Amino acid sequence: MIFLLPILIFGGLLVGLTVALTIAERVLVNYGVCKIDINAGEREIEVDGGQSLLSALNESKVYIPSACGGRGSCGHCKATVLEGGGPVLPTETPFLTRAQVRAGVRLACQVKVREDIRIKIPEELLNVKMFTAVVERAELLTHDMVELRFKLEEPAEISQRPGQYVQLQAPSPEGPVYRAYSISSSAHDTGAVELVVRLVPGGIGSTYCHALKEGDPVIFTGPYGEFRLDEDPDVDVILIGGGSGMAPLRNLLLTVLERWPDRKCQLFFGCRTTQDVFYFDEFRKIAEKHPNFEVHYALSDPIEEGESWDGETGFIHLSAEQHLDESDRKRQAFLCGPPPMIEAVMKVLEAKGLESDDMFYDEF
Amino acid sequence: MSEISPFVILIAAIFTNNILLANFLGMCSFLAVSKQIDTAAGLGAAVIFVMTATTAINYAVYHHVLVPFGLTFLSYIVFIAVIAAFVQFVEMFIERFSLGLYHALGIFLPLITVNCAILGASLFMIIRRYTFAQSVAFGFGGGVGWTLAIILIAGLRQRMRYSDVPVPFRGVAIAMVITGVMAMAFMGFAGMVRIQ
Repeated sequence: MIFLLPILIFGGLLVGLTVALTIAERVLVNYGVCKIDINAGEREIEVDGGQSLLSALNESKVYIPSACGGRGSCGHCKATVLEGGGPVLPTETPFLTRAQVRAGVRLACQVKVREDIRIKIPEELLNVKMFTAVVERAELLTHDMVELRFKLEEPAEISQRPGQYVQLQAPSPEGPVYRAYSISSSAHDTGAVELVVRLVPGGIGSTYCHALKEGDPVIFTGPYGEFRLDEDPDVDVILIGGGSGMAPLRNLLLTVLERWPDRKCQLFFGCRTTQDVFYFDEFRKIAEKHPNFEVHYALSDPIEEGESWDGETGFIHLSAEQHLDESDRKRQAFLCGPPPMIEAVMKVLEAKGLESDDMFYDEF
Repeated sequence: MSEISPFVILIAAIFTNNILLANFLGMCSFLAVSKQIDTAAGLGAAVIFVMTATTAINYAVYHHVLVPFGLTFLSYIVFIAVIAAFVQFVEMFIERFSLGLYHALGIFLPLITVNCAILGASLFMIIRRYTFAQSVAFGFGGGVGWTLAIILIAGLRQRMRYSDVPVPFRGVAIAMVITGVMAMAFMGFAGMVRIQ
């Protein structure tokens, strides 16, 4: 009894306090229905007040990219709040520059909808949908790379610009989180989405991807992304990547060659060792059919004894320097890879006469 | 201690036995939020409210639940649980009815939970064997005293921005020195009334 009584009394007190707080929350935190105006009247939605702007938008099928599931740790869910939403919170300041704060940029997961709100988001986000799909193929490309093909179910078609990405929902101990993966299949392949995912030890999203099997259901939102391919077939396309940056380049390449079989296209891809090489044979076969497409793979580590390698060696920006010519032709470059690689490649491209407006990059 | 009038305790808690300047309780938020007079006053108002209400609730819990069951050794965690729940309630209330104050207080509102002056007031009430009226008066007076102290130092720190403070003393160091000087000044009131 002497042990039980304190536990009972203290436990009872805590339960009482919790009940009182829950009732208070029901009564007090009830803001009724609030209106969210998106892009000056383009879309107007009504949501229940009291929740975060991010979940209110998701509920109304407006999908803003977010990786952490609304915990305020990724900083992806930026939206411009023009009216209503209160001041910037201390949880947001690490993710915003001063100019963004002045312009009203906020993290949608930290803004609470307590009144009518006017926001501005990039036009294309209104076209983002949530897709359900099943895994049609899951194939290991190398020891740590998996290629996944998702057959779309609802909606059955996706309209993407090459180089865009999707946000795949992955389970985590703290509820679903979203991870961004670039689409590696062609934009003309509208009924499916393919991803190439490298296994990151301990990573939530990549571990999930590597455990997926044929027939598993998946959920993702998309497409997102700023890559903009020039529609003029006279503009050359330069694709440079390394490490896990293959997916968007393959998408761009397949899309370009399907639509303009004779468009000039150069692909450079850097790997560490022969074990990391994938898609090389597939690209060589494509190169046989398309004379204006050339592919270069380079290994940065020395080749070990007993291995055969008929590609190039050294860092990929050196290979690009060797094969690209200086010219005034209009060219577009798409870069995907680790930040030091991007930096080195951009210097090379500038020296070859490309404008920075014609370079698109994604750091992996 | 039942012979002292609650009014005397109220005045004493503000001036002669100021919980901050005489007992040095609640120093963390005192030093952190004392750079601007308006936020200091806002935080002070919240502290007054929470301190008054939690001494009343804790009085009732202590004398009607803990004492009859002989569980007075639980008073620390029980008091803290009550204070935490009450601050949550206050936060919801302010968020609903005064969004401006809610944003002005920001992160400091939930931080009142860990303001030791609030717990200190509840514990003093037990040690000094106050009655209910005396406890509430002490809680209210303690809150007002804490607010008075933080507003005073916020005013001083605002002015100090234009003073040439030696580099090693800038920031919290000089604030501590000022607090000490202020505490000594308040010692002039000491001994005028006995409340313990």
